[in-house]
Amino acid sequence: MSSESMALGTVSESARPIGERLHEWVITVDHKRLGILYILYGLVMLVIGGIEATIMRIQLIVPHNHFVSPQVFNRMFTMHGTTMIFFVVMPILFGFGTYLIPLMIGARDMAFPRLNAFSFWMTAFGGLLLYFSFIGGNGLYGAGNAPDVGWFAYAPLTSHAFSVGHSTDFWTLALLVSGIGSIGTAVNFVATILCMRCPGMTLGKMPLLAWLNLIMGGMVILAISPLTAAQIMLCVDRYLGGHFFDTQAGGSAVLWMHFFWIFGHPEVYILVIPAFAFASEIIPVFSRKPIFGYPVMVAATVCIGFVSFSVWAHHMFTVGMSSYGNTFFTVTSMVIAVPTGIKIFNWLGTMWGGKIDFQAPMLFCVAFLFQFLIAGLTGIMLATSPFDWQLGNSYFVIAHFHYVIVGAILYTIFGAFYYWFPKMSGRMYNEALAKWHFWLFFIGFHLTFDFMHIPGILGMPRRIYTYEPGRGWEIWNLIVTIGVFFQIAGVLAFVGNLLWSLWKGEQAGNDPWDAWTLEWSTSSPPPDYDFATTPVVKSRRPLWDLKHPEDPDWKYE
Amino acid sequence: MSSHAVMRTSSEAEWVLPSRGRVGMFTLIAAESAIFTIFVVAYIFYLGKSVAGPTPQQVLELPIVGTICLLSSSLTIHLAVRALRNAKVGAFGLWWFITLGLGTTFLVGTGLEWRHLIFDRGLTIRTNLFGTTYYSLVGLHAFHVTVGLLAIALTMILTLLGKVKAEHGERAEVFSLYWHFVDVVWVIVFTLVYVIGR
Repeated sequence: MSSESMALGTVSESARPIGERLHEWVITVDHKRLGILYILYGLVMLVIGGIEATIMRIQLIVPHNHFVSPQVFNRMFTMHGTTMIFFVVMPILFGFGTYLIPLMIGARDMAFPRLNAFSFWMTAFGGLLLYFSFIGGNGLYGAGNAPDVGWFAYAPLTSHAFSVGHSTDFWTLALLVSGIGSIGTAVNFVATILCMRCPGMTLGKMPLLAWLNLIMGGMVILAISPLTAAQIMLCVDRYLGGHFFDTQAGGSAVLWMHFFWIFGHPEVYILVIPAFAFASEIIPVFSRKPIFGYPVMVAATVCIGFVSFSVWAHHMFTVGMSSYGNTFFTVTSMVIAVPTGIKIFNWLGTMWGGKIDFQAPMLFCVAFLFQFLIAGLTGIMLATSPFDWQLGNSYFVIAHFHYVIVGAILYTIFGAFYYWFPKMSGRMYNEALAKWHFWLFFIGFHLTFDFMHIPGILGMPRRIYTYEPGRGWEIWNLIVTIGVFFQIAGVLAFVGNLLWSLWKGEQAGNDPWDAWTLEWSTSSPPPDYDFATTPVVKSRRPLWDLKHPEDPDWKYE
Repeated sequence: MSSHAVMRTSSEAEWVLPSRGRVGMFTLIAAESAIFTIFVVAYIFYLGKSVAGPTPQQVLELPIVGTICLLSSSLTIHLAVRALRNAKVGAFGLWWFITLGLGTTFLVGTGLEWRHLIFDRGLTIRTNLFGTTYYSLVGLHAFHVTVGLLAIALTMILTLLGKVKAEHGERAEVFSLYWHFVDVVWVIVFTLVYVIGR
């Protein structure tokens, strides 16, 4: 940007034609713009994935419903799962990471800005490819459009015999392409955090968000790559006539399951560790205390990272393994609860004795703590292989992992939105509307996912498009679907709040939360160059040191 | 600008961070290793599971010349990088060109081997599980060699145009890490496919 346009400021910004301003967003390599692009992309996909979920819940509201056909229902659960994991949660988390990491470590951009842009556009292109299947999936007339093989696409369902047309090809290519984008982002995160820190910020003084994203980046490198490899194999099978997962030629369908879940379980932790990172930044600020047990938090996350690579086959207890396999994966799945529990105690320890301020970001984080605990408890139940033989593939499992992904991850994402919205936009959100969002979504979440456990225990399997009356499932399905509408109302309040605040919100100033990390030392929104002079830090809370020169942190760390 | 330089002089001396090029490349290599690991696991898992012939024992021959070429190219690229670090651009160009030649020889060797397998032995990627896993694993490696050779060729052109200077030593070294990785993968593929699997 030339100095002239900087001097003119907002006047020249609004005077320039809209086409030129949009073009700048397309060609940008600035980490803040790319972060916002990631986040907006994820929000749009969240609405699409939410509509798909709503369609499924309307279909299941009463027995023998005919809202959609079984074929459409299959497409909806496949697209919902694939969209929410790969094109909602991952882009939003990558977006916050891309936006915040350089600001928090006192750098002016990521290590590889152009790779950053490439990664975003690969992810965006992957999502477009997935949704293009609605138009282009009809390989043969009537062969069906969108993918309908489930989000884990077990073989041999993905073979040409059972997936005619191109729908499965769109699915596999979308994940292949977006996987390359994810690996690029992870390379960038790791290189940025290790090589771009400002003077004084040793590894032990990094904000926890940077630490947790570093671990997440390492996990993406090691977990998304197997998925990419498995998708290449599926492409070889489907395009070149290979036999990797072709049981008639001696191939193994179970090998696909192993390859998928070697990716699939670490993926859960890839999603939840950045959520932990948000909680670890928000809870201290709204408790007015430094984080409790910083080194233990880092160590516990590293532990989770390691152990998460040895738990994958707990998704396969019902497939049938040796007793040694069952024992091993039961034990490892329970062991991972230990570092996770340590983290929960650390957050509680941070709140203990603090001056807790229940503004919207904190509300979401407190709800996250309790909901994540319950999700962990049902997780331990399902990790017990005999229990899983009974409840595997039932609605109990669906309720469990939605408790993690919605109750923990999405809650902290909402918290992060409210916490960093003033930094990104320069304006405050409306606190009253945010409270409406919280309580509507809270009621909706618990109506839907608390009661979803029960039909699972009563034997309702996942992925059925309708059910017989008289099994005792009707009332629970009705309550579950009613909850969805509360959640929609909550999300509407959220989106409305963002849009309203963007135009009408109060000016936020640099540091509306009286927070302690470096992103709050620069203006809101930050200038293109982030920091006019490279900051120098001496402790984990550089802004505390600045505000309290008589009692700085570095004397005690 | 001057004020912040003054402010930083005290800490500047000891504040050294790792090179982002090297970290980025090592991270990429970790990701690539994970991809290759999955293909290697699939190859091992499917050894001897083909329901029809031909088998590796019947058709595979040791690619001795190609292997010697590829492994020695690791040495020549190392010598090239060292020459560039010492600002000897001429020596760099020579070693870089030899690396290009050795890598190309390896790739041609793989091509000839595949032609022999397809047309003389009737083994394609759809013949049996061995064909599927063999062409995928060796092909994935050959793809990485091809990408590397394209980069080497591009650098060669830039060298001939006189654009490569001693200050590019760091970048050449970062690239050479990739090339060494491709070599290490070949050692594993060679051992698995042509020694153990045969």
